[in-house]
Amino acid sequence: MESYLLEYLPIVILIAIAVALGAAFILAAWVLAPRSPDPEKVSAYECGFNAFDDARMKFDVRFYLVAILFIIFDLEVAFLFPWAVTLDETGVFGFWSMMVFLGVLTVGFIYEWKKGALEWE
Amino acid sequence: MVGYDFVPFVEWGTGVEWTLMKVGQILAIVVMLLLTLAYILLFDRKVWAAVQMRKGPNVVGPFGTLQSFADFFKFVLKEIVIPAGANKTVFLLAPLLTFTLAFAAWAVVPIAPGWVISDLNVGILYLFAISSLGVYGIIMGGWASNSKYPFLGSLRSAAQMVSYEVSIGLVIITVLLVVGSMNLGAIVDAQSGGLHTWHAFKFLNVTEPATVAVGVVLFVMFVVFFVSALAETNRPPFDLPEAESELVAGYQVEYSSTPYLLFMIGEYLNIVLMCALITLLFLGGWHLPWGAVNDPWLGFLVFYVKLWLVFFVFAMVKAIVPRFRYDQLMRIGWKIFLPTSLVAVVLVAAYVVFGRGAA
Repeated sequence: MESYLLEYLPIVILIAIAVALGAAFILAAWVLAPRSPDPEKVSAYECGFNAFDDARMKFDVRFYLVAILFIIFDLEVAFLFPWAVTLDETGVFGFWSMMVFLGVLTVGFIYEWKKGALEWE
Repeated sequence: MVGYDFVPFVEWGTGVEWTLMKVGQILAIVVMLLLTLAYILLFDRKVWAAVQMRKGPNVVGPFGTLQSFADFFKFVLKEIVIPAGANKTVFLLAPLLTFTLAFAAWAVVPIAPGWVISDLNVGILYLFAISSLGVYGIIMGGWASNSKYPFLGSLRSAAQMVSYEVSIGLVIITVLLVVGSMNLGAIVDAQSGGLHTWHAFKFLNVTEPATVAVGVVLFVMFVVFFVSALAETNRPPFDLPEAESELVAGYQVEYSSTPYLLFMIGEYLNIVLMCALITLLFLGGWHLPWGAVNDPWLGFLVFYVKLWLVFFVFAMVKAIVPRFRYDQLMRIGWKIFLPTSLVAVVLVAAYVVFGRGAA
């Protein structure tokens, strides 16, 4: 096995340990704690009322907008990572290439700003 | 812990030995993290109490030092209530996911010179990926509860976390530009020359004007990172997802017993992770203000003390700053932090390409 792949094995072990620990906590409560559900206890919490309707309702479209913006900018950051660590080698050419890319993104950012996608009332 | 000369799984004996050693190290770090968490929770409550002229937990053990352990047993002995309308599998999977991801992020965080579970050369990228996944636990928890408060809380929480994720990413890029490596150990060792080489205080290096200029930019980035870290981990003053006066407890409303505990451990583990990242990226990691540290034990001590000091500031902010409104929060994230950090990336990149050669 390649040694750089070997570096990922401890991560897998750590995740396995964390899952086991978390599952053990839930199981411990499942086994040790009393369980006596009644209709009032297992009803959805709504400040004492019975729930008026299903909670899976329509919600504000702005949450979608934020998610979409996040994808764009997060991808941008992911592109920046390898560029940032190799900038010493790519030098002036690398710098201006990324400036063009960032410029295009900034135009998009200004557009969405002017369109009001960032406004929360 | 770097550079194994042997090839495990071919030389079976050595491979098993190495794996067992690794499991031991991982268990040690997991136990250390859980103990740290127990006391950081108590510390948080104590600081909060002290600011409000209260005593805080002081019954269990001397000065309440065993409070967190008592809380743990109480959690385990409480009934797991699953709402009737909930999607049971997702409902229980969500806290487990949050918990697991919070631990998984620690795999690449070095806690002393050479003490790291996995010395990835793309450590920061891995952290970035894992912390983005953290939103899933919250969305799943809020949706699966099938209740209105958790649903609204999880939406808010997710939108807030992804908003600040972007500025955190850009701030990290500025540090990467200066250091030229994605390995957290290498980033810390770039700050080994004393206080004026720490990224937050690079502007103290008065002998080089170019370094002072980039140091000022990095200091601003340090502040942006600190505030974004508060928002990213849903800490007050950005705790809108669980703003108790309007949303009760956000996505955690329907949770009880150990599933709630898992959420809470995950949340605090992320807070401690953010403290650790601030320490590693900006405050010199395990190096002392007057010089480098190579001894792992001393290094661990220095790192640990710095982590607690950063957390103390987190706790003070929680105690004294009033909560933001949601539109203010989104405005700071998208309209102030994002443009600022974007400009900072350009400035630091220009320094790396043009300024460093000239200086």
